Amino acid sequence: MIVELGHFALALALLVALAQGTLPLWGAGRGDRRLMGLAAPAAVAQGALVLAAFAALTYAFVVSDFSVALVANNSHSAKPMLYKVTGVWGNHEGSMLLWVLILAVFGAAVALFGGNLPPRLKARVLAIQGLVGVGFLLFLLATSNPFLRLDPAPADGRDLNPLLQDPGLAFHPPMLYLGYVGSSVAFSFAVAALIEGRVDAAWARWVRPWTLAAWCTLTMGIALGSWWAYYELGWGGWWFWDPVENASFMPWLVITALLHSAIVVEKRDALKGWTILLAIIAFSLSLLGTFLVRSGVLTSVHAFAVDPERGVFILALLIVVIGGSLLLYAVRAPALAPGGLFAPVSREGALVLNNLLLSTAAATVLVGTLYPLVLEAVNGAKVSVGAPYFEATFVPLMVPLVVAMAVGPLLAWKRADLSGAMGRLWIAAAAGILAALVAAWLSGGRPVLALLGIALAAWLVIGAAVDVAERVRLFRIPAGASLSRARHLPRSAWGAAIAHAGTGILVAGAVAASAWKAELVEVVPVGGEVRLGGYTYRLERVDSVPGPNWRAEQATVTIRSGERTVATVHPEKRFYPVQAMPTTEAAIHTLWVLDLYVVLGDPDGKGAWTMRIYHEPLVPWLWIGAAIMAAGGLLSLSDRRLRVGAPARRRLPAGAARA
Amino acid sequence: MTRKRRRLLVLAVALGLLGASTALVLSAFQDSLVFFYSPSDVVAKGPPGDRSFRLGGLVEPASVARSADGRQVTFRVTDGANAIAVAYRGILPDLFREGQGVVTEGRMLADGRFEAREVLAKHDETYMPREVADALKKSGHWKEGEPAPVGGRPAARP
Repeated sequence: MIVELGHFALALALLVALAQGTLPLWGAGRGDRRLMGLAAPAAVAQGALVLAAFAALTYAFVVSDFSVALVANNSHSAKPMLYKVTGVWGNHEGSMLLWVLILAVFGAAVALFGGNLPPRLKARVLAIQGLVGVGFLLFLLATSNPFLRLDPAPADGRDLNPLLQDPGLAFHPPMLYLGYVGSSVAFSFAVAALIEGRVDAAWARWVRPWTLAAWCTLTMGIALGSWWAYYELGWGGWWFWDPVENASFMPWLVITALLHSAIVVEKRDALKGWTILLAIIAFSLSLLGTFLVRSGVLTSVHAFAVDPERGVFILALLIVVIGGSLLLYAVRAPALAPGGLFAPVSREGALVLNNLLLSTAAATVLVGTLYPLVLEAVNGAKVSVGAPYFEATFVPLMVPLVVAMAVGPLLAWKRADLSGAMGRLWIAAAAGILAALVAAWLSGGRPVLALLGIALAAWLVIGAAVDVAERVRLFRIPAGASLSRARHLPRSAWGAAIAHAGTGILVAGAVAASAWKAELVEVVPVGGEVRLGGYTYRLERVDSVPGPNWRAEQATVTIRSGERTVATVHPEKRFYPVQAMPTTEAAIHTLWVLDLYVVLGDPDGKGAWTMRIYHEPLVPWLWIGAAIMAAGGLLSLSDRRLRVGAPARRRLPAGAARA
Repeated sequence: MTRKRRRLLVLAVALGLLGASTALVLSAFQDSLVFFYSPSDVVAKGPPGDRSFRLGGLVEPASVARSADGRQVTFRVTDGANAIAVAYRGILPDLFREGQGVVTEGRMLADGRFEAREVLAKHDETYMPREVADALKKSGHWKEGEPAPVGGRPAARP
């Protein structure tokens, strides 16, 4: 019964979304306040209805109602409760329902917190949000209904893919979707602004918090996915430039660009048309990402069994949304009044450079991701574009970006003094050189490009510190006055500096992990030892261990450095009988500057086991860096000027005029 | 600086970046495109010289063997019409099994064996790489609509 109610709520949500998408739009065109006023209650109702549907499906998973086809195919009564709940989105139908839920909740949030939006703009934004909702609700109900029943109901379920029964991946899809779908709000604002024909500083101030929230969750979502791939797949890699990964990375690059260009619209009333375009592209790439992952048109190491017919529906949706919004853009964008002037060397100029580099990078990733599809359509050749392509195109674009990232925040608006800014960054340059020298000493000086990468990372971290120091005029005024300035510095300024520093830490992790990874594969008898670097690994024993819905061969490995025992770790090979599927549980002992990564392979039948050992330098810094970036974004989000629903009036402390 | 000159400058920088990135893309494509071959393709066309490529098909039943020291695994990849011997050093992915679809990346050795640098992992037992599915259909080993010729449970189709 509850399941049928969920189905009914979903169908009702479709009708509400249809009303939300049409009537207010019509009302806004005619200036009819009653019709415009329908938007907010409709958005809230749609949010509540989809939430009810989602709750009903979650209930079916929690009580293991195997008469629901989706539950029978993806759950099992012996599964731990956490994975029963996360199993709701560990499959196609459930994850699309989660997508729609987040979309509807974002719409409801705009309705609830957008009290100070002009009624006409608010009606249009919510209507666009409603129309996107119509498309996805139709998709769910027509091709991927999660509430279908099975008759007769099986006695037990088929279980969730064991690789997904993992805390890292349990929360990866919700975070990722929050980011993907969060860009829909910026999209709705952009399309509404095009219909209005007006973009101003207030518009940018409404868009920024939504974009920032989407950026934070997308950053965390991608980092969680990468972390999961690192420890769960047992290959010691953290980024494969796989189509599914690129699908989430392209929107991230464009949302990052949007975040920065919206600042220019807010502060300087410039780059309006470009910002609108970025908002459209960001959401389009999110849709494209959903399409690539859900249709299975690309071969991916992360691919799960998928149904191509559904891809056609999403593709049609993609064409309508992207084609429609770009058409509207082409017609209306030239009417947007151009804004403030600026010299090439200025804060605006630096942000333009940031935008050009980020969007070019997104474009090269897009080309590499879609090229196999295009080539196959043209001449039938099957190719794949591997990591070397992405490294050769992406990295050269990131180098100038990282260099400019430290300089940009020190430049003044309109016209700036580049040599002055560089002069203030001498300490960052010195730190870069020092870091490169230390890295050269530790690594024997090779490869040279990695040393450059480490130097850039240090340059960026110290550059962000210099930015804050300059704002509080550290050492130039008494320390107490600096402290008081630091306290009054807007949180957005702190957030930006922290996010930039986090990027630097992430760059250091990425460079070191790519350049100085060490690997060893050896067949080790029980009681035997292998050496890698300065560490000795001794395979003490291998035991059979039972789990809730699996059993495992668990090894005990002692890691020693010289005479000192560093750690005892337990890599496992698990076997999930319901799905007849083995998984590898790598054991990772982190020393924060180095991960010791131990994988248990197959037995050779004569009492020995294959073991694979990796030394992964600075890999933890990847997650730390990403977490710091997201924390910076959240801090910036808590700035009262950006807070959703905060009055539009600006109240800056006297010393923070540069913010 | 006038609006016109500013626009020109932004345009020039954008075009410069576009040119540079096109050059990067083209030069990167030169040596990082990896072609997919089925065993029949390798027999018919020969391997693409020295370049590394992807070889995909089914792992031939009863063909998986380990070397005496246990470090090297050999198996045969078949599409039903032809089969190629593959040698690989390292730990096989969890879902590697005889009779199942597999994609490997590496290059041909002079003795006609394929030396795999990588055996691609997959996350889902019912997932068949699209290239492998197409290759099997082409060699007549598998027709549309039939269950995939792999062990394990049939594809979930709720």
